[in-house]
Amino acid sequence: MKIAGFLLLFSGWLLILAAIALLPAGMSRNIFALAGGSVEALGLILAVRSHLPVRSDRG
Amino acid sequence: MALTELQSALALVCLLIGPLAAAGLALINTGLGRSRNAAHAAMSALCAVSAAGCAYFVVGHTLQGATGQSIRALSLGGHAWDFAGAMPPFLMRLPASGSYTALTALMGMESVALASLIPLGGGGERWRLGSICASSAFLGAITFPLFAHWTWSGGWLRSVGYTDAGGSGTIHVVGGITALAIAWLLGPRRGKYSSEGMPMAVPGHSIVLVLFGCLLAGAGWLGLNCAGALLFSGARPERLALVAVNTLLAGSSAALASAALTRARFGRADASLTANGWVGGLVSISAGCAILPPAAAALAGAIAGTLVVFSVELLELRLEIDDPGGSISVHAISGCWGLLAAGLLGRDPAGIESVFGQLVGIATLFGFVLPLSWGVNAAMDRFFIMRAPPEGERQGMDLYELGAGAYPDFITHTDDFLQR
Repeated sequence: MKIAGFLLLFSGWLLILAAIALLPAGMSRNIFALAGGSVEALGLILAVRSHLPVRSDRG
Repeated sequence: MALTELQSALALVCLLIGPLAAAGLALINTGLGRSRNAAHAAMSALCAVSAAGCAYFVVGHTLQGATGQSIRALSLGGHAWDFAGAMPPFLMRLPASGSYTALTALMGMESVALASLIPLGGGGERWRLGSICASSAFLGAITFPLFAHWTWSGGWLRSVGYTDAGGSGTIHVVGGITALAIAWLLGPRRGKYSSEGMPMAVPGHSIVLVLFGCLLAGAGWLGLNCAGALLFSGARPERLALVAVNTLLAGSSAALASAALTRARFGRADASLTANGWVGGLVSISAGCAILPPAAAALAGAIAGTLVVFSVELLELRLEIDDPGGSISVHAISGCWGLLAAGLLGRDPAGIESVFGQLVGIATLFGFVLPLSWGVNAAMDRFFIMRAPPEGERQGMDLYELGAGAYPDFITHTDDFLQR
């Protein structure tokens, strides 16, 4: 799960790079980059949760 | 890039003050740890700075390069993307003059030294010295120089509008994110969390060291921010007074914000959180020190001081990340805020007012630096165990790794504290 989180982080960054490299400056580039940022955020949440110790009272 | 004689002289003077920031940070990390680990903390600081500096000399400066020097580029989407420098290794053919290249090499060495100290705050009291050296060497050889090239040496991040004069992202978020990776890999200190996940307070052994370290760090930050503004923001010499004012203002407002907030929440101002707030303010102003008006600098600092207090609590209580020196909150969180503040509040005469560029920079820090730091340190942990054994933690890193304590003359007599 940790590895998946970090891979998502990296993939989200690559999406942002792709947006900058392939699209001209404008709304479409910003939206594409935002999508990449969302994937990164998901990866960060996954990485953080995977590092939390397992406790019986945690949901 | 050509500098005038005045710019070269000013940059050199500023860079000679810069190492005070590293000295201050080393004192802060030492003071926030327990006395049984004090010598190890100071020794780790010296070794981390040395390992990172030597690695930067061997290969780091090659990758960082300097504006106008040879580069390595990738062709993508019809553009050439400048992703690394291509300078000779071992600082060969570095001009022995006040040239721009020589000054950026000096700034790079000082910056990597400062960045290498930040993870020590996150891994304090349980991170072995050999592993510290290896991790710092990687930071100095690869992680820092790559990101520094992208931001300071005309790389691709600069071309999308990212601005970071004094290194909020390049030094502090890089260091803070590495501290996060290290804290995750090492796990919390023995006895830090109960079986129910409640954190125990582990107070530092010398708040005097911490607070003196803050003042030293402030002095060093003045030098680094002024040098960064001259070298990487194209600031004119007459702008340096504004840079210095902004730096002191941000640190001051952050410290006051932290002190007021802890007083309001806990009934008394907390000295260590105030110290962390001060450094957080300095970190937050580094990116926009040359382009923010003083009022915006004070606001940015106050917000950074507030963020530090809440962030420390969030990381320790909710996320169970043991960060003895507060490195993640002070450097990573405040650094990210500093990058955003430079985009939101900046008044840049060169026309760079791009929040998009700053967001891309933050995304790069989390999407590239964090997986890289975590992955490389996790791989190193397979071959050279990072964490000291429980017996070593119990007796203290000073005795376990160095064979001698920091304060051999101190013997605690319990009857000294009896009322007479």
